[in-house]
Amino acid sequence: MRAKRSLTCGLCMMAANGAVLLGLVEEFVSGQQDSKAAETATGVKTGLFTILELVEALGWSLTSCEPRVRARGVQLLSWVLQECCGSLSEKEAEVLTVFYENRLKDHYVITPHVLQGIKALTQSPALPPGLAVSILKSLFQDIHVQSLMQAERSCVYSILLNLMESREEELKKLGADFVFGFVQAIDGEKDPRNLLLAFQIARNILHRGYELGLFAEELFEVTSCYFPIDFSPPPNDPHGVTREQLVLALREVLSGTPSFAEFLLPLLIEKLDSDVQSAKLDSLQTLTACTSVYGHRELKDFLPGLWSSLRREVFQTASEKVESAGLSALHSLTACLSHSILDSDSEDSLHGFLDLILKDCQHHLCEPDMKLVWPSAKLLQAAASASYRASYKITAVVMPLLLEQYNSHTQNAQRRTLLEVLQGFTQRAQGSSPEEGDESVLSGFRQPLCSLVFSALTESSPALQATASRVLTALGLQPGLLSESDIQLAADHLTRLILREEDQQSCSAAMESAGSLAALYPAAFAARMVPQLKEEIFSGPPAEPTEDRSAGRSQQAVRQRGMKALAAISSRHSLIQESVPVLLQVLCSAHAGSGSFCAEEVVSACQSLQQIVEQSQDSEETSRFFHHTVIPQLLGLAVQAALRGGDSTTPRSCLTEERVLSAMAPVVSQACSRLHSELAARTASMAVSFFLDGDLTFLPENNFPKHLQLLNKQPDGWLQSQLVCLLMACVCSLPRSVEVPQIDRLLSQLEELSCTCTHPFSYTSAAKCFAGLVNKHPAGEHLDLLLQKLVKRIDSELDRASSPFRVQTFTLLLWVAKALLLRYHPLSTTLTDKLLSLLTDSELGPRAADGFSLLMTDSVDVLSRACHAHVHIMYRQRFFTENSPKLVQGFNSSPKETKSCYLKALSHMVTSLPRQVQLSELPTLLPLLLEALSCPDRGVQLSTLSCLHPLLLDLPQALTLHLDTLVSRLRALTTSSAMNVRISALRCLHALTRLPDHLVLPFRLGVLRALAVPLDDKKRLVRREAVLARGEWFLLGSPGR
Amino acid sequence: MSGGTRLENANPLIFQRSGERLLTAEEEDEEVADPIDDREIFDLIRSINDPEHPLSLEELNVVELVRVNVNDNESTVSVEFTPTIPHCSMATLIGLSIKVKLLRSLPDRFKIDVHITPGTHTSEQAVNKQLADKERVAAALENSHLLEVVNQCLSARV
Repeated sequence: MRAKRSLTCGLCMMAANGAVLLGLVEEFVSGQQDSKAAETATGVKTGLFTILELVEALGWSLTSCEPRVRARGVQLLSWVLQECCGSLSEKEAEVLTVFYENRLKDHYVITPHVLQGIKALTQSPALPPGLAVSILKSLFQDIHVQSLMQAERSCVYSILLNLMESREEELKKLGADFVFGFVQAIDGEKDPRNLLLAFQIARNILHRGYELGLFAEELFEVTSCYFPIDFSPPPNDPHGVTREQLVLALREVLSGTPSFAEFLLPLLIEKLDSDVQSAKLDSLQTLTACTSVYGHRELKDFLPGLWSSLRREVFQTASEKVESAGLSALHSLTACLSHSILDSDSEDSLHGFLDLILKDCQHHLCEPDMKLVWPSAKLLQAAASASYRASYKITAVVMPLLLEQYNSHTQNAQRRTLLEVLQGFTQRAQGSSPEEGDESVLSGFRQPLCSLVFSALTESSPALQATASRVLTALGLQPGLLSESDIQLAADHLTRLILREEDQQSCSAAMESAGSLAALYPAAFAARMVPQLKEEIFSGPPAEPTEDRSAGRSQQAVRQRGMKALAAISSRHSLIQESVPVLLQVLCSAHAGSGSFCAEEVVSACQSLQQIVEQSQDSEETSRFFHHTVIPQLLGLAVQAALRGGDSTTPRSCLTEERVLSAMAPVVSQACSRLHSELAARTASMAVSFFLDGDLTFLPENNFPKHLQLLNKQPDGWLQSQLVCLLMACVCSLPRSVEVPQIDRLLSQLEELSCTCTHPFSYTSAAKCFAGLVNKHPAGEHLDLLLQKLVKRIDSELDRASSPFRVQTFTLLLWVAKALLLRYHPLSTTLTDKLLSLLTDSELGPRAADGFSLLMTDSVDVLSRACHAHVHIMYRQRFFTENSPKLVQGFNSSPKETKSCYLKALSHMVTSLPRQVQLSELPTLLPLLLEALSCPDRGVQLSTLSCLHPLLLDLPQALTLHLDTLVSRLRALTTSSAMNVRISALRCLHALTRLPDHLVLPFRLGVLRALAVPLDDKKRLVRREAVLARGEWFLLGSPGR
Repeated sequence: MSGGTRLENANPLIFQRSGERLLTAEEEDEEVADPIDDREIFDLIRSINDPEHPLSLEELNVVELVRVNVNDNESTVSVEFTPTIPHCSMATLIGLSIKVKLLRSLPDRFKIDVHITPGTHTSEQAVNKQLADKERVAAALENSHLLEVVNQCLSARV
């Protein structure tokens, strides 16, 4: 009983479903309600009705004699199929396909919906084998594609693409008929969206190996007629097809097969002759693309034509883009000819081609002061760099020619051009590196090349010397080319240039060359260059002490160049071991007072040491060397100098000068930051026990008084207390994993020093050191207690207006605020709020405003990532979002006298934000920044201008509202009394010309009149900016811009 | 220039560019006044583009430092330029570009004289007369085609 009841129930439901379906169909077809299609599709998807039932329900409409009713019926079926094509059975797919193929012959109003249906079927995985072919046959037979609308044509192409994806085997069985059908279908297509699809099909045909048969030329014709693409999308194009997309898609088709070569190459040669620059570029780039599939058989007949076109483009062009496209086409053409396999009976077309090039270019190399010498050299170099064979052949002709020309021309300018051309060939020779066993193409010319370069190095023209140094580098980089004696001679020549040549250009070229060569040949440079440099650095002042100050100055310059060169060549450990002792010896003798080294030279020595640390690769032995030798020696010297300073009979050592110590600190800091953890821990404990307890056991010469207390107050104490900058360099740059011993004692002594010392360098360094340690201190209660105590002290000190240590306390506050801000410590808000409140302080206000710049910018010597500090990436944004509203509010509510401090702080803050954040924040801040431009403080004006300048171009939207104010403020600043404000204002006015024309044109006349004034400015630098800006404003809205 | 047309002088002599003017301490000093000198005028015109070649007037030796004379106190400037070949058809255009550049870049007080180096062009007189005639210069700049070419010569090369 129960079974029967449920059966009847089911039947009732089915009947009910059937009625629902009929209703839906009725409402869609006759009632024209499109929404019913979606309901029907949902029904089919959820299994409420089957496709078969739908077809049955549609029955009457599909057989109606009214075409529009039939169309409506097919439309519903196609829509449903689009939704449910994944769930079709094989049988259903077959029946439906036969049905649709039949409908293709029906009335034209039905066709669009039929195509939709077929498209849906081709996406179905259930389409039985064989049907793909039959669909295509019916399509090609019954449809004339180009008389359809755009959407239907797109549908046809999608059907082809779908089938190519899933039924490649079947389509290939159609043979060339497929290609023929496709060619007919796209012939005359004009819509860019459809062209992208059509090009994709054509590309598939070529790349996936469909048979072209007799139709290669037809396929070429039907696609090449679009070349070169000339398409500029309408403004606000919703479809987003760009010219570049079309160009690239078509290029892939045209360069897709060697069988197009005989048609394509003449076309390219023809289009290269065009007047349109984009056509030239496209042709050259297409030619380059072709070379990856062509061989010499395709190219050989067209080589003379191609060459003369390429030559013309490079010789005559006014556009760098065309020139470089031409050169790279020549390069890849030559490479293609070099690599293609020869038949036994054909001649080597590479040789013929290179002969052509040589014939046309060679003689121009003999006229080094004519225009065509450069294009010729570039063409030859482009061809030579393509392969070893090409390079060999061209070098064999060009090198003797250049060598001979160099010797027959005597003017420096001509010789320099020839040498520069030669440099191009030597550098190119590296590019086409010889394979195993082949020797460098230059090896036959080693002897004459070397003598040419060495003689050029002794010429009097600095430009010639500089070029010769670069050629020398290029020769040295060729493996195995130069002999040992050549290298030694080279080192001698470079040493001479570095020490004896006054000219900046040749000296720095020589230094660069020495740097690259020393990395390859360290032994030669250690043996030849280092001793000469050392001798020069330590050679005493001129025998008779003359009154001639320029002689003294030039000796100083020579010494500094020598030290710079030492740094330049020291990238290998073997050289570092030779060069660093020399530099340390400079410091020693400067301290001892012998050798008459002045503070500036000592600073250079420190800079050289720093450069050496920077460029040394992180090798274990170098690290050890710095730990054992360099750091102890530097510390020892500094202490000796500080202790001797207390003695009044001898002059004070120059190592006590602030700038020397400031140069020495980065050497120590860089070296420490690179130490491996075990060495780092030892360095840390060494430094701490040295500064806290005066433990000097590590120093090389141990003749110091016991119980040295560097951090405690002493008479004449600044000499010793300033050494805290070296302590900072040591302990603040160690890796975070290294624990600093006795940290509490250290911190409390540093706090005391920074709050009560009166020597600015000492208390600032102490504050920085304190901040650096706090930044790395592990988080927790311990740190919090320490900081709370500190905050209390700072508060009470700053609140006492009479306190003599307010500036000191403020400095400590600023640095600790920075240390906490970087690591997102919760207490940092308390400290920054304190800073904000100081903006209204009459004594500390300006300092507090400048402090915001310090908070936002990276500091070099402490609290940076290089020193392994705790730095969150986004701290600037966070600080800005938290504090800019407070600043704005403070600005609005503060009295007139202190407003400028707020503006200054704000302008500092905005300036150092990352560009992206600036762009999003600036619209709201712009009014305030414009206010800052009229603030009388020059510093504020300058920092605001330099912040605005890069942003002017990216903010047309925000600017439109304020452009009036901006232009008038900028105009006013062009007559400011400070020269750099005038210059910055003029640069901003210049930048405005790159805004959209319609925004700035209204201001043109006024600005031109205003800019006439600074044209007569008394400073040349201002006039130069005014000329540039006015020139651009004249071009605005004028033809030919 | 485009492919088909032949240049009047396809392979001209090229001269070296002078370097940037070296910055002196006086120029950075707020208080010192820097007079307008020959080099400053030369720097204004040396980078003007040649209408035919992708080269500057300096590289073609059309303008030279020695042929520029300025007197800041009397507010006069005189520039001589040398066409690359005696029958160069671009001479007027080059002269016009130099003149316009100076008009735009110098204060009003200056009297600007631009002319061809004597004996270097076949129709020297005629060109000089055109360049000296204020009204003809103004009229030339009303012609939008001419203005376009002049502006192209004066644009910074991209």
